[in-house]
Amino acid sequence: MEKELNVVGQRLPMVDAAAKVTGAAQFADDLMFPGMLYGKILRSPFPQAKILNVDVSKAARLPGVKGVMTGQDIPDRQYGIVPKAHDEYALAKDKVRYIGDEVAAVCAIDLEIAEEAVDLIEVEYEELPAVFDPREAIKEGAPIIHEGVANNTSFAIRKEFGDVEKGFAESDLVSEDTFYSQPVNHAPMEPHAAVGQYDQLTGQVTVWSSTQIPFFLRRNLSATLKIPESKVRVIKPKVGGGFGQKIDMYAKDFCAAWFARKTGRPVKFVYERDEVFIVTRQRHPMYLTVKTGMTKDGKILAQKFLAHADGGGYNSTAPTMIALSCFFLMVPYHVPNLLYEGYHVYTNKPVGGAMRGHGIPQARFAVERQLDLMSERFHLDSAEVRFKNSIKAGEPHPGGFVINSCGFAESVQEAAKAIGWKEKRGKLPFGRGVGLGGASFPSGVTNMSHISSGAVVQVGRDAGINVLSGAADIGQGAETVIAQIVAEELGVSIDNIRVTAADTGTTPLDPGTFGSGVTVRAGNAARIAAQSVKSKLFECIADELEANPLDLVAKEGKIFVKGSPEINIPFPKALKIYQYRDLPMPIVGRASWMADTKEPTTLFKEPGNFSPSYSFMTQAAEVEVDTTTGKVKVIKMVTAHDCGRPINPMLVEGQLEGSICGGMGQALYEDVIVEEGQVMNPQFVDYGFPTALEVPEMDTVDIETDDPVGPFGAKEAGEGTQLSPAPAIVNAIYDAIGVNFNELPVTPEKILKALEDRKKEQKA
Amino acid sequence: MKQVIALTVNGDTYDLLVSPNQTLLEVLREKLGLMGTKRGCDLGACGACTVLMDGEAVLSCLLLAVDAAGKEIVTIEGLAEEGELHPLQKSFIEHGGLQCGFCTPGLIMTAKAVLDEDPHPTEESVKRKIAGNLCRCTGYKKVTEAIMSAADRMEGRE
Repeated sequence: MEKELNVVGQRLPMVDAAAKVTGAAQFADDLMFPGMLYGKILRSPFPQAKILNVDVSKAARLPGVKGVMTGQDIPDRQYGIVPKAHDEYALAKDKVRYIGDEVAAVCAIDLEIAEEAVDLIEVEYEELPAVFDPREAIKEGAPIIHEGVANNTSFAIRKEFGDVEKGFAESDLVSEDTFYSQPVNHAPMEPHAAVGQYDQLTGQVTVWSSTQIPFFLRRNLSATLKIPESKVRVIKPKVGGGFGQKIDMYAKDFCAAWFARKTGRPVKFVYERDEVFIVTRQRHPMYLTVKTGMTKDGKILAQKFLAHADGGGYNSTAPTMIALSCFFLMVPYHVPNLLYEGYHVYTNKPVGGAMRGHGIPQARFAVERQLDLMSERFHLDSAEVRFKNSIKAGEPHPGGFVINSCGFAESVQEAAKAIGWKEKRGKLPFGRGVGLGGASFPSGVTNMSHISSGAVVQVGRDAGINVLSGAADIGQGAETVIAQIVAEELGVSIDNIRVTAADTGTTPLDPGTFGSGVTVRAGNAARIAAQSVKSKLFECIADELEANPLDLVAKEGKIFVKGSPEINIPFPKALKIYQYRDLPMPIVGRASWMADTKEPTTLFKEPGNFSPSYSFMTQAAEVEVDTTTGKVKVIKMVTAHDCGRPINPMLVEGQLEGSICGGMGQALYEDVIVEEGQVMNPQFVDYGFPTALEVPEMDTVDIETDDPVGPFGAKEAGEGTQLSPAPAIVNAIYDAIGVNFNELPVTPEKILKALEDRKKEQKA
Repeated sequence: MKQVIALTVNGDTYDLLVSPNQTLLEVLREKLGLMGTKRGCDLGACGACTVLMDGEAVLSCLLLAVDAAGKEIVTIEGLAEEGELHPLQKSFIEHGGLQCGFCTPGLIMTAKAVLDEDPHPTEESVKRKIAGNLCRCTGYKKVTEAIMSAADRMEGRE
């Protein structure tokens, strides 16, 4: 019997694992070039100030300094990752908007000289009043952060689906609660870095960058440097984690390119760890008020949201983040009537951006917490409430999403079973508890032609297969997944496949790693390119097998008529036949793929189908609260995840486990503490980064659905799981000690205070 | 005042001119081109720069190069012997004990010191000993599994 799949679905190591365990894997900071210069950036010490004058003369005179630049030197071109939200200069031109904002840059023959030179730059500022709370910044009369942006509100949406007032009127139970989700830093282990190089003969700028988005970075560099895209080459070396933080262009990219062009020498910028914390991106802090109406048996009829996202000094992904937080409220539960009002508000603080979940985790925290609050108030079982409200495949989504496959209801049941919900909820001794949280996430974005992926598959004389893909592997295993898909299609071992990826000079277009679309988008492109190679080969050798090419299959290194593996031609022999027939070599297959949909949308203006497919998941937590110290120990986390059919179950598990750990950090430990615009804990020692000691027992339950769009039925796997560990843990804390926390993170101080307050109440 | 030190790394001794304030991390990366040792925080808080000094795991970003003179330093590049990967390296590969790979060299060097000291560690003690090595990708589960499995593998070999 032939197996249906031989490579897809296997627990294979990453194709670059050996390079990573031997120290051979090269990250941007590992690149060294002869004559390389080192760059450093001067940053604002004020949360808001006018730049009156920048005097670089002393810095420029320091021996060893090869270049100094300020905002006055660069073209008047703003940039940003979302085209309609450009509001940033690589170096500030006339105003700084948060502590850490870029003011000037230097490059020198070594880092010490560059650091000294930065200190010699004299900046004359006029301090301006600043504002740090989005609920204050939105008021009339608040200090203006960007000229022309009224009420500091750079993006606002108000969307109503169905009839919300009618929904509330028909509800038996209505609750309104407020929630707060804190700033969280992505904290990838690799600090951001870029190396620029310039070829004076061709005028081409090459930038090696720790980026998730090589092609978007090329576009932003081209626009801001004012040179054609074809003269900018972005190469992505190994990237040491991103989680969304590396989807923006940063000053280091621009300045490395700028100085390389000015000096004719390679220039490297590497951010310090405190720069990663302060001047890159973070999860948006968000204030949410949620009103939910349900029937007395727990069916949701209407929801109303008011959200204020604290954007910090610039937009980054603002419109997308707000839109996602709105539309994903209508999954994984069927919400027939929804009113969402959301504001992205500038403040004089670090900038918010895309982070694993991107606007959705904040909203999920509110919804999942409130479902538990309401279940408690109205004596309902919150697992049943979740199950009852589950959206189903094929069910209409008020916002226009098309749900082709959905394992949510099953994920609620499986997660509840695995955590022991029936036996434990409300029944464990004081201090122990269990909780649940549900979520859904897209698998990439439909609709836009710049959100397309290309692939080229090329078979050489020795049966070695080279895949060119623009997909940005940032450690999640994109190249491995692509190699598995191509190996499966061509019926060969993964060892035959070499993936060359993410170099805008040699690999085809790809939007990069965001929105959890890589497997579906780049995977489909690679699959179709491999199919094209296969059909050329089949066409050539079909007569040898006395068969129709359409009846042939390629499996386990052989080509044969489906159902008759015993009469076969080995893959290398098939290639020989191809060559002896004087057909042109190499055999090349090409593909371009974008998610096709009837009613596509960016979500900014009109509803529609945002993604080609949606993943669904439920998290379950069991916790133990030490009532003397206030510390919470997460004992066990279960994640039941519908990611379609996993291409590589080991990599999927790794994604889920990493997401659980990140979600746990958000629930209990992590918080970027900002006072008067100053980040107080921009280092690992003070931040609350989860270590191996905090990690609970983790159980991943695979809810397999077969999605029609994804390659071999695959969907998103890396991001959705980080949406709901936090509410699951906080819901479990309620079960453990009977205290409701609606603000993250739930620290020991908060727990002790709540227990103390309750004691006082009981005495009174 | 710069000074010349003799630094032994992965079995080879180098005469190097270093500043007294240069860290071992800087010297390994910038003077010897051993880029497997990573700079994650430069404050001794993330473990990405872990190397072995006379068999003990040390943070090379906190150690001055002059203080490493005369000691035996082993970096991730020195772990494989005659082209054969160390059991820890094999185990990290097979168990998926890595994702982006940035923290991996430091984790493996710490794990090497852990297993050299105690060839039969419990899972709890492994977790405790790698708690100074931060990883944002894996959630540590497969890292711990990889180390436990390497312990078994090394036992079988001996």
